[in-house]
Amino acid sequence: MGTRQTPLYDFHIANGARMVPFAGWDMPVQYQDGIKAEHLATRDSAGLFDVSHMAQVWLSGDGAEAMLESLTPTDVGAIAEGRVRYSLFLNDSGGVLDDLMVARLDGTLQLVVNAGRAEHDIDHLRAHLTADVEMIHHEDRALLALQGPKAPQVLARLGVDLSGFFFMQIGHFTIDGIETIITRSGYTGEDGFEISCSADRAVQLATLLAGDDAVTLAGLGARDTLRMEAGLPLWGHELDETINPVAAGLRFALSKRRREAADFPGAAAIMKDWNNGAPRLLTGLLPQGGRPVRDGAELTLNGELVGLVTSGGFAPSLDAPAALGFVDAALVEPGTELMAVTRGRETPVVTAALPLVPHRYIRG
Amino acid sequence: MLRYTEDHEWINLDGDTGSVGISPHAIEQLGDIVFVELPEAGATVAKGDSVAVFESVKAASDIYSPASGEITEVNEALLDDLSAITPDAAHDCWLFKIKVSDAGELDEMMDEAAYTAMIG
Repeated sequence: MGTRQTPLYDFHIANGARMVPFAGWDMPVQYQDGIKAEHLATRDSAGLFDVSHMAQVWLSGDGAEAMLESLTPTDVGAIAEGRVRYSLFLNDSGGVLDDLMVARLDGTLQLVVNAGRAEHDIDHLRAHLTADVEMIHHEDRALLALQGPKAPQVLARLGVDLSGFFFMQIGHFTIDGIETIITRSGYTGEDGFEISCSADRAVQLATLLAGDDAVTLAGLGARDTLRMEAGLPLWGHELDETINPVAAGLRFALSKRRREAADFPGAAAIMKDWNNGAPRLLTGLLPQGGRPVRDGAELTLNGELVGLVTSGGFAPSLDAPAALGFVDAALVEPGTELMAVTRGRETPVVTAALPLVPHRYIRG
Repeated sequence: MLRYTEDHEWINLDGDTGSVGISPHAIEQLGDIVFVELPEAGATVAKGDSVAVFESVKAASDIYSPASGEITEVNEALLDDLSAITPDAAHDCWLFKIKVSDAGELDEMMDEAAYTAMIG
C-alpha cells in the first residue's frame, strides 16, 4: 500500500523537508535546520506544522451529541458553540481507543483524530451511527498548526482579529480571502492555532504563514519533542487500549456529569482508579549523564521492575535528554531515582513533574 | 587507503592502523547528535562488533567496527562539542584508531566511488 500525500507535499519538498512514512502518510520529519532548531524556534517565536494527516470528521444532526457521549467520557452537551474540548474514545475496560479534539461550530461537532487511528476511529463512529446523525470525513480539508508565542502576532499581521478568542475556542476567520476554521489549541504546550482550510487553498495559506519572518517550518520530529516536554500523551505510547486515562494524568478529560452518571464506556474500571488511584501513573523522567533513554526501556528500583518508558529522546528546551513513562504510584514523587534498563544497560533517571516545560496557553 | 562499510562507517588505513568514523551521509541522516559513546582504548574487537553509539534526537544508532583488531586510541575530544560533528567534517571526526589484525578484511569493502554509488 502506497503512502498518501497531504496537499502540502510539494511545498515540503520545495522547502527542503526530509520526508518519512508516518501512519500511512509521507510527512516531513524535519527541514534543513533540523529538529532542535525547529523546536527552539517554536518555543521562542513560531513554528508551522502540516498536520493535514490528522482526520477531520464532522458530526451533525439531532443524535450527534448522544452518539458522541456514548463513546466518550465528555459532557458533549456542555460544549458551547465556539468551544473545543479534549476527549477520548474509550473501550469497555476503560482503555483508550484514541484521543481527539471535539469542537462545536455552527451547531456541528467537529472532531480531529490521530492519523494513525483515523481508519479505526471512523469505523468505530460508523458502527455507532444512528439514523439522526450525519458523518462527513473531510478529506477535502487541510490542517496547519501555527504554534509558539509569536503565533498571534503572525495571524494579526494577516488581518485576523483575535480579540475575545482564547485557548480552546474555535471560529471562522478569513485570511487573504481564504476561508479558515481556527482553533486556539495545539500539541506543543505553547499558545498557538490549528487552522483548517479547503485542501486547494493549503499551499497558499502555508506560503503566507511561512512568509512571516517570525515563522519557521517545523516537522514531525519537533512536534514530538515539543509535545513530550509539554507532557502531552501520544496514542500508542502514553495511551492505548490497556491504559486507563486516570493513570495517564487525564482526569480533566472525564466530565463531572459523566463521572456522576458513570454512563461512559469503561466507567466501572475508570471510576475505580478515579476513587482509589491508579496503580501506575504517568511521570516525566530525566535521564542522568547525557544519554537518552527510549520507548520500551524498563524502569527498576533495586532491581525490581517498577515501570516502563513510553516516550524518550532529547528535550531541546532543557538541553538534556527527557522521557515519559509509567511508574508505580508510590514512586512518582518528583526526584525519585530509578534505573532505565535497555538491553541490560542501565541509565540512571530521576522522576520529574509534568509538564517538563510549563504550558503557556492564553486563557480568556 | 579509505574504505566504507555498508553500515556507513569509514576506515582510513595508514600502515597497519586505521582511523574510523562515520560517513557524511550517515551524519546527515542522524540529524542533531545529542550523545556519543566511544569504545575504550585497549579493547580487542572483531569486525562487525558494536563499538560505539550515536544518539540523535529521535533514535540510537550502533556503530560497528569495520575491521578486527585492537583499539589503540579514542578521540575523546570529539565529545566536547557534538555540534561539530557535521557532514562536512565527517572525515575529521574520527572516533577511534584500530590496529588491524587482518588487512585482508578491507579488500571486500567499498572505496569512495562504490560507496557513493551505494547511497545514490
